[in-house]
Amino acid sequence: MMEILHCTVNNKPVEVGIDPRESLADTLRQRLGLTSVKKGCEVGECGACTVLVDGVAIDSCIYLSVWAQGKTILTVEGLQNENGELTPLQKAFVEEAAVQCGFCTPGIIMSAVEIVGSGKLYTRDELRKLISGHLCRCTGYENILNAVERAVNETHKFVGKEEE
Amino acid sequence: MYDIGSIYQATSVADAIRALQADPAALVIAGGTDVLIKIREGKLAGCSLVSIHELTGELSGITLADNGDVEIGPLSTFRDVTFSPVIREKIPVLGEATDMAGGPQLRAAGTIGGNVCNGITSADSASTLTALDAVMVVRGPAGERQVPISQWYKGVGKVDLAHDELLVKIVIPREHYEGFTGHYIKYAMRNAMDIATLGVSCLVKLSADKGTAETVKLAFGVAGPVPMRSPAAEAAVSGLPIGEAIEKIGKAALGDVNPRTSWRASKEFRLQLVEELSGRALREAARKGGAAV
Repeated sequence: MMEILHCTVNNKPVEVGIDPRESLADTLRQRLGLTSVKKGCEVGECGACTVLVDGVAIDSCIYLSVWAQGKTILTVEGLQNENGELTPLQKAFVEEAAVQCGFCTPGIIMSAVEIVGSGKLYTRDELRKLISGHLCRCTGYENILNAVERAVNETHKFVGKEEE
Repeated sequence: MYDIGSIYQATSVADAIRALQADPAALVIAGGTDVLIKIREGKLAGCSLVSIHELTGELSGITLADNGDVEIGPLSTFRDVTFSPVIREKIPVLGEATDMAGGPQLRAAGTIGGNVCNGITSADSASTLTALDAVMVVRGPAGERQVPISQWYKGVGKVDLAHDELLVKIVIPREHYEGFTGHYIKYAMRNAMDIATLGVSCLVKLSADKGTAETVKLAFGVAGPVPMRSPAAEAAVSGLPIGEAIEKIGKAALGDVNPRTSWRASKEFRLQLVEELSGRALREAARKGGAAV
């Protein structure tokens, strides 16, 4: 019982046959080859499968692919600046040594894309809360927070919004 | 791949009700943050689902009615509730409570309707909705009916919702929130991605001089099989000077609650939490209302 899913993935229109029982994480990994989307806990606790659906970070392991009909999905594969290099957010992760084994990294990057994209400034505690849907067993989170904070602050200089 | 027997994607509320009538075994799936996890655990193997996930046009959104009632579409996510300008202005305590469920990604997917339809005592929105005496508007083949939240919970995982009915609106009547300030405390082992060991929601209406707790409403999650109010505590402290009310509310609540021992915490510890956190929640609610406590 296949269904056709039409959506936009990483800025390209996609038409793909899916099983209505599969999660968006399954579709992205197995049918579209986007293996930055990691399957960790598969019950929406670890955040490794986080992608943006219509600009909002969700756990793709507990999101049915049939719900993605007509929506816009972004994964780490869709991130790059004009000349194909890493984005400033990704560079911040490299420069702050926020990556160790790397399994949690793509998911956290996607949450950070939403955080940075808000154009707002956040306190350290607010950032801690905003990435609290991710588990990292290597870093102890400090360098991840440093990287997100750096990307937030740098982006804010260019496209910052005033506090509401 | 989830072990799902069939999934029907409803195109409207009426369509969903028809689909539920046609399949007596079907389950409703909304945000999916409970149902899919149960399927993953193997508990609902081969289940048939009616998805209302895409009915946001009919079932999502938070508005202020002409009469001042706050109306919440049950498909509104926790995040929708927290960031709703109406909730922030009129009932901030509810937005604070929904901001404590799970983590950010879960709050962007899980719905407030699912949180109260699953009948779970630890649901983060439930104790505050109980304190607010929310009204559940339910639609079935015969039309709509209203259920006060005090009659909503029928037992663990059971609510007053027939198989072919859907929750279509949660109403907070104006007189239930106006003039009140509230505070919700979630006691859990972690600050995120955890389930409440105990939840306490307290609302207070202060006198004009901010010295007296004129009306107090106190509700708990995980202090019994379903979210519950403490009528004894409310009666004991309503009308008292605020300091005295804070001092007395915890002990007064003990007679109304019936927590159990689970792997998360013992009954004795939960009773200790009821006694201690009730006063703290009232103090914070009163502080938000302008009391010098």
